Amino acid sequence: MLTLTCPHCGIRAEETELSPGGEAHLKRYGPGDSDEQFEAYMFARKNPKGVHFERWRHAYGCGKWFLAARCTATLEVFGTYPAQVSAPPEPIIEAIRARRPGWEAGQ
Amino acid sequence: MSARLSRGGRLIDRRAPVTFRFDGKPMTGFAGDTLAASLLANDQMLVGRSFKYHRPRGIVASGAEEPNALVGLGQGPRFEPNQRVTTTETFEGLTAISQNHWPSLDYDIGAVNGYLSRFLPAGFYYKMFLWPRPFWKHVYEPFIRQSAGLGKVPQEADADRYEQAYAFADLVVAGGGIAGLTAALTAARAGKRVILLEQTAHWGGRAPVDGDEIDGMAADLWVKNAVQALEGMANVTMRLRTMVSGLYDHGYALAYERVADHTPGDGRPRHRLWRIRAGKVIAATGAIERPLSFAGNDIPGVMLAAAVRDFVVNWAVSPGDRSVVVTNNDDAYRTALALADAGLVVAAVIDARPSVTGDLPAQVRARGIRVLEGRGIAKVKGAKRVTGVAICAQQGEGAVLEEIACDVVAMSGGWSPVVHLWSHCGGKLIWDADASMFRPDAARPPTGDAGQPMAATAGAASGALQTAAVLADAHAAAGGEGLAPQATGPAEAPMLPVWIMPQGAGIALKSKMWLDYQNDVKVSDVQLAAREGYESVEHTKRYTTLGMATDQGKLSNINGLAVLSHALHQEIPATGTTTFRPPYTPISLGSIGGEARGEIFQPLRQTPMHDWHSAQGAYWEPVGQWRRPYCYKRSGETAHEAVNREVINTRSNIGLLDASTLGKILVKGADAGRFLDMLYTGVMSTLPVGKCRYGLMCNDNGFLIDDGVVVRMSEDSWLCHTTTGGADRIHAHMEDWLQCEWWDWKVHTANLTEQYAQVAIVGPKARMLLEKLGGMDVSREALPFMTYAEGTLGGFRARVFRISFSGELSYEVAVPASEGLAFWEACVAAGAEFGAMPYGTEALHVLRAEKGFIMIGDETDGTVIPQDLGLGWAISKKKADYLGKRAQERSHMADPNRWKLVGLETLDGSVLPDGALAVAEGVNANGQQRTQGRVTSTYHSPVLKKGIAMGLVLNGPGRMGEVLDFPVDDGKVVQARIVDQVFYDKDGEKQNV
Ligand SMILES: [Zn+2]
Repeated sequence: MLTLTCPHCGIRAEETELSPGGEAHLKRYGPGDSDEQFEAYMFARKNPKGVHFERWRHAYGCGKWFLAARCTATLEVFGTYPAQVSAPPEPIIEAIRARRPGWEAGQ
Repeated sequence: MSARLSRGGRLIDRRAPVTFRFDGKPMTGFAGDTLAASLLANDQMLVGRSFKYHRPRGIVASGAEEPNALVGLGQGPRFEPNQRVTTTETFEGLTAISQNHWPSLDYDIGAVNGYLSRFLPAGFYYKMFLWPRPFWKHVYEPFIRQSAGLGKVPQEADADRYEQAYAFADLVVAGGGIAGLTAALTAARAGKRVILLEQTAHWGGRAPVDGDEIDGMAADLWVKNAVQALEGMANVTMRLRTMVSGLYDHGYALAYERVADHTPGDGRPRHRLWRIRAGKVIAATGAIERPLSFAGNDIPGVMLAAAVRDFVVNWAVSPGDRSVVVTNNDDAYRTALALADAGLVVAAVIDARPSVTGDLPAQVRARGIRVLEGRGIAKVKGAKRVTGVAICAQQGEGAVLEEIACDVVAMSGGWSPVVHLWSHCGGKLIWDADASMFRPDAARPPTGDAGQPMAATAGAASGALQTAAVLADAHAAAGGEGLAPQATGPAEAPMLPVWIMPQGAGIALKSKMWLDYQNDVKVSDVQLAAREGYESVEHTKRYTTLGMATDQGKLSNINGLAVLSHALHQEIPATGTTTFRPPYTPISLGSIGGEARGEIFQPLRQTPMHDWHSAQGAYWEPVGQWRRPYCYKRSGETAHEAVNREVINTRSNIGLLDASTLGKILVKGADAGRFLDMLYTGVMSTLPVGKCRYGLMCNDNGFLIDDGVVVRMSEDSWLCHTTTGGADRIHAHMEDWLQCEWWDWKVHTANLTEQYAQVAIVGPKARMLLEKLGGMDVSREALPFMTYAEGTLGGFRARVFRISFSGELSYEVAVPASEGLAFWEACVAAGAEFGAMPYGTEALHVLRAEKGFIMIGDETDGTVIPQDLGLGWAISKKKADYLGKRAQERSHMADPNRWKLVGLETLDGSVLPDGALAVAEGVNANGQQRTQGRVTSTYHSPVLKKGIAMGLVLNGPGRMGEVLDFPVDDGKVVQARIVDQVFYDKDGEKQNV
C-alpha cells in the first residue's frame, strides 16, 4: 500500500487511514449532454502505465478528499493536493515534468 | 543408513534430549535439532510421497527451500499440514505425520501412478480430464479427489492466538547471516534505526558451517561478537525465527515471526505478523543451491551438497555411510571435506568439469578422495533409498563407465541468489553468464515514493558467493565507509553450467530427471511443453505445474528455465523468469487474521437500549455492524410465533421499536437546500420548516442507493434519515460530492446517528402513550402526519416525528443518546396499560411489507431505479438535474419493458421462497429457461393470515390478476397472482388519524 501525505493535515498516511476513489479530474456530464459524453464520464477510465491522477480520502484521519499524482509503473508520487481543483496545479505539473521529461498533461 | 554422529554438532545440546513421534513411532532428538535432523538421526530418510506419482520422497535440503519433507504437525486444535521438517524445531512432545500416501508411507497404492507416468504427461489435467464428459464426473474427479492434495485440513478450531504488530525503521535487514550482520552493524553504527530479522533460530547463516575466517577469527566467533555488538545498541531491534515474507509499495515489509511454534501452548501468540514501514530494505537473504538433473535424482538419499554438510556440522547427523559428491563447481568440495572431517566415507567426487584444478579440490585429493573429471551420473540406483550411482562421461549420452555403491548423493549445480524481496516490488534482474545465475541489477532497484531505491541486496543475494566479496558487498549496501570486514579463503575455480547430466541424455533418462520434486515435473515434461508450443515461461509453468508446489519453485525454477530455453533454442535471459510473488515461504492464515477473530472479528455497535433488549430475551440479528433485536421471544415461543404476536399487537395496541440505528445526518448551510435537491430525486429545498418528506437517493449511474424521511429543522438545516446500513456510506457519499464537485457550496454535514436514540411508538393507541408521558401537544391538529416538533416528553428533551413505516399511527421520538435507555423504559412503563410491547426487525419487515413499502437491499440490488418501484411520485419532473437524472434517461432505463414492482399473492396461501424466479416460455441463448420476474420480499402476514410478497415482474403493473409460475424445490411449482403491493389499509387511513 502506498504512503501518501494528506495535503489537508500533513499526515503521511498509509493503508490503515486511506481509501481510494479512482481517477481524478473527471468532468461531470448530466441532463442535456449526449449519450457518448455521459458514457465517457461514467465508465471510460484511463489506465496509463505512467503518470496518473487519482482521488484518495483520508478516511480514518481528517476525512478530507485529496488528489495524488503518481506513476503507476514505479509508484513514485509526484505530489498530493486538495481536491478543490478541476486540473492539476502548476507545481504538480512541474514536479512531474522534472521527473518525467517530455510528459504532457492529457496523455 | 543415516545416523547421529558421536561428536560434533554446533547447534545441538546433547545434555537435552527430546522425545517426539513420527507416524506414531517414538523417536529421540536433541534440543537445537530441526525435525529434519532428528528424523535423519533416527534413520528416517523417507518422509513423504510426491503429488502426482506418489514417488518416495526424502529430505533434500536443510532449510526453507525443502520441497519434499512436508508433514502434518501437531494434533487436534494445533494440527497444521504441509510443515517443512527442515524449518521445524524439534521440541519435547512434538508429533508429526507423513502425508500424501495411502495406506502407508512405506506401501503406497498411489505409486501405481508412477507406472502410468507415460500416460500422465505435461498438461495431463488439460488433456485427459476434459473429455468425455461423463468420465469427468464418474472417473476423473473421484480419482483426483482421492489422490490430490498434500496435507489434510485441520478438523478443529485453532487453539492458538495470533497477533499483528507495527514497526518503523530506517533500515530493515532481512537475513542474519554474515552479510545481514555486516549490513546491520554498518547502518547501526551510522546511527540508523535498524531492524534485523532472521528466519531461522540462529544467527550466522552458512559461514560457520563453511569454515570461513573473518577478521582473523573463526566465523562462529565473529558472528557471536557481531550479535553482541548489535544487542548492545539501542537503535537496533533483532528477531530470530522471523521471515520477511514480502516487500510491498513504498517500503512496506511484512515479517512473519514464529513466536511459539516450538513452545506450543506456553501462552504466547503462536505467530506474529510484523507490518513494517522501512526507509530501506536490505535483502541479505543468501542463495539457494541448485539440484542437478540426472536420472533418479529424486530417490531418497539424493540431497543438496550444502545440506549434507549442514546436517553433519550443525547437528552431527550423517545422512549416510558412504557418499558420492556430484558437482559442477568448487563449493561442493566443502561437503567432501566436512564428511571426511567427520570420519565418513566419500567414495568419489564426480565433477562435470573436464579439468579440476582449484584449491578445494586439491584439499580433497590430499585426503585420498577420488575426483572424477568430466564425469556425470548416468543413473541413480535404488528405490526408497539410494544404493549406488552409475557413472558416465558428461559429454556423452549416458554409456555407463563404472558403478559406485553409496547411500548418499550430494549434488551441487551451483547457487541461485534469493532475489525474491528484491523482485516483489519491481526490482529487475540481470543474467550473469559467468556464474550462470539471475542476480539483482543494482541499476534497476524497486523504487519508493520519491523514486528513490527502496531496496538493496547484500552478500550472496547480490550474487557475491565468496566470503570476502559477501562482506564487502554487505558493507557497501548499508552505505559503509572505510574497510569492510575482511575474510580469507580458498580461491574457487569457475563453475560450469550443467543443466542436464549427461549432456546427450536421451528420452529414457530425461523422463527420470526431476525438476520439481513435489509436483513431479521432469525434464521431459518441460521439453514436451516446448514442443507443444509453450514458449512463455509463465504458460509453461502453469501447463506443467513446474514451480507451482508449496516451495514455489525455489529449487526447480532455474533448471526448468534452462531446459525450456534449450528446447526453444534461445538463451536463458530470453526466456526470463516467472514472477516472484510474496510470501517468500507460506505464512499462516492465523497471522493474517491476527486478533480479528471471534467476538472482535469486527466492531460491534450497540444502541443505548442494547442491554435492555438483551435482558428481555432479544433474538439478535446482525444489521451491518449493529446488533438489532429480530424479535423478543417469550418462554415457549418460537421466533415465528413471537414475530406474529408483535405484528398483531402493533396493529391493535402499541409496538415499541428501537430505531436508534437509523442514520441521522444533519445537513446545514446557505446552500443546503440546493445540495439536497441534487442528492434526492425529489425537491427538499421547498419543504416547509417543521415538515417531513420521504426521499430517494440515487447514484449518478441512476440506481437507487438509499431512502428515508427528510425533516426541515430550520431555515438552513435539514435532518436526513438514512437506512441503518446506509448511514456511513451516505454520509461519505455526501462528503464526496461536496468536497470534490460542489466545493464552493456552503454546506456542512454531520453524522449524528450515535448522538440520538430513537424510539418508534407505533399503533392505534400510540397517542395515548405520548399523552400519558405528557409535555407536548401530540394531537392530530397540533402534530399532523409528516410533521415534526421539538419539546419535552415526560421530562425528556425530545424531537418528535410523525412518520410511519408501518401504516399505523406512529411517532418516532429522538432523545439524546445518554437518555435513550431511560426514555425507552419510560415508554415501556407508560405503555403497559395500553398493551405496549417491543417489536423487532422482523415484525418491522412484515408491517412494512403488508403496506407495500420498499426496503433498500430487498427491493433494490444496485440494478433497480426508482421508476421500477412505482416511485415516480417521489421524482421531481421539474428539476433540471439531480444525481441519476441523466442516467435514468438512457434508453435501457426508459425502456417500458423493465421488471417492475408488484404484489404477489400465492393461490394456496403459502409463503413464496425469497428470490424465487417466475418462469416464462422458452429458453434463452444459453439454453436456460427464460424468466420474467423474481420475489424481492416475502413474509407470512399474521394479519391477513396468508403469504404475501413483493416482486419485480416484467411489465408487472400492467398485468394485474395474471398468475405466474414459480418453480421451487423438488420440481414443485407455486402459483402466485399479480396484485397491488399494498395488502393492508390501501387508502392509508390508519397512519393519518
Ligand atoms: Zn488528512
